[in-house]
Amino acid sequence: MKLVQTGIAGTVESSDIMVTLEPKESGGITVSLASSVMQQFGRQIEYVIRETLAELGVAHASVDAVDKGALDCTVRARVYAAVYRAASSEAYDWGAM
Amino acid sequence: MFVPGNNPGMIKDSGIYGADSIMFDLEDSVAVTEKDAARFLVYQALRTLSFGAKEIVVRINDLASGLGRLDLEAVVRAGVHVVRLPKTDSAADVVECENEIARIEAESGIPVGTTGMMAAIESASGVLNAKEIACASNRLIGIALGAEDYVTDLKTTRSDGTELLFARCMILNAARAAGIDALDTVFADVNDEEGFLEEVLLIKKLGFDGKSIINPRQIEPLHKAFRPGESDLEKARAIMDAIAEAEARGSGVASLNGRMIDRPVVLRAQRMLDLAEISG
Repeated sequence: MKLVQTGIAGTVESSDIMVTLEPKESGGITVSLASSVMQQFGRQIEYVIRETLAELGVAHASVDAVDKGALDCTVRARVYAAVYRAASSEAYDWGAM
Repeated sequence: MFVPGNNPGMIKDSGIYGADSIMFDLEDSVAVTEKDAARFLVYQALRTLSFGAKEIVVRINDLASGLGRLDLEAVVRAGVHVVRLPKTDSAADVVECENEIARIEAESGIPVGTTGMMAAIESASGVLNAKEIACASNRLIGIALGAEDYVTDLKTTRSDGTELLFARCMILNAARAAGIDALDTVFADVNDEEGFLEEVLLIKKLGFDGKSIINPRQIEPLHKAFRPGESDLEKARAIMDAIAEAEARGSGVASLNGRMIDRPVVLRAQRMLDLAEISG
């Protein structure tokens, strides 16, 4: 999926994660993560972010994420929303999610 | 119990409070700019989280808004038990929604007919069409009153319930004629426990099957009000025992304390025992 603008989704409320996605032309995926549970789940959160971006075919992007204890399903949902917003697309492929 | 569809904390905890049914809301509790994010969140929650044996409902946006179809694409594919259609004014609204659900089920490999429906009636037209709405689809498990929009349509405001009496009776009778549940509207002031209880007792007396709530604090008083009293339960058990005894004797006629037990009495007794079981 081609990103054309900044995409932001989520909040900094408890159990949520705010994901800001910036398009890049090259350089792969870079993730900057701040989390209230960084020691315990930081690696898992970053893994879910990268995995979800890969599912959506996003190869190059800069991700800034502020996590407040989100479950994996919330991380996925917020990454999905941020990607579709960044792609300015509403062509949702639910079958592939 | 309504749960805002864009609040991950509330969604995560929604199964622990003892509500019979959890209703994730994509409509009024979600800002227009967040509809897409809520849809993704509810989709992921439905696919991932376990809510045990609870009935899971999603209130979608109305189809005329253009958002409702997008909601259906997500929640039907995610396997929601029941779709709540808001602002149902006619049987055609139900049929339109049903057709969309059937199309999505077929496209996604879900057996057609799996997803249930509930129609919320929120206008004068809807109330007057209540019976046609209630009978419009075999998928309907119930019809519900949405009072806030309804009183606005009536050009009044909510007060002691007088303004809702006609709608409640119409919806209740329509539901009974269709053989489905009648569900009452929310009581918005969570701090007014006395007012809430008065309304619960009224709708129970009318014959409603349940009530939508917006806060876990309302679950226990609602269950308590619907739970039959011990003396009523004893009487119901005695009726069912007398029926069982008569059947064992091969007799088609049963009596208790010298009075014949006819079919409506048995049905009421069974309903009371069922209610006691589900209300804990």
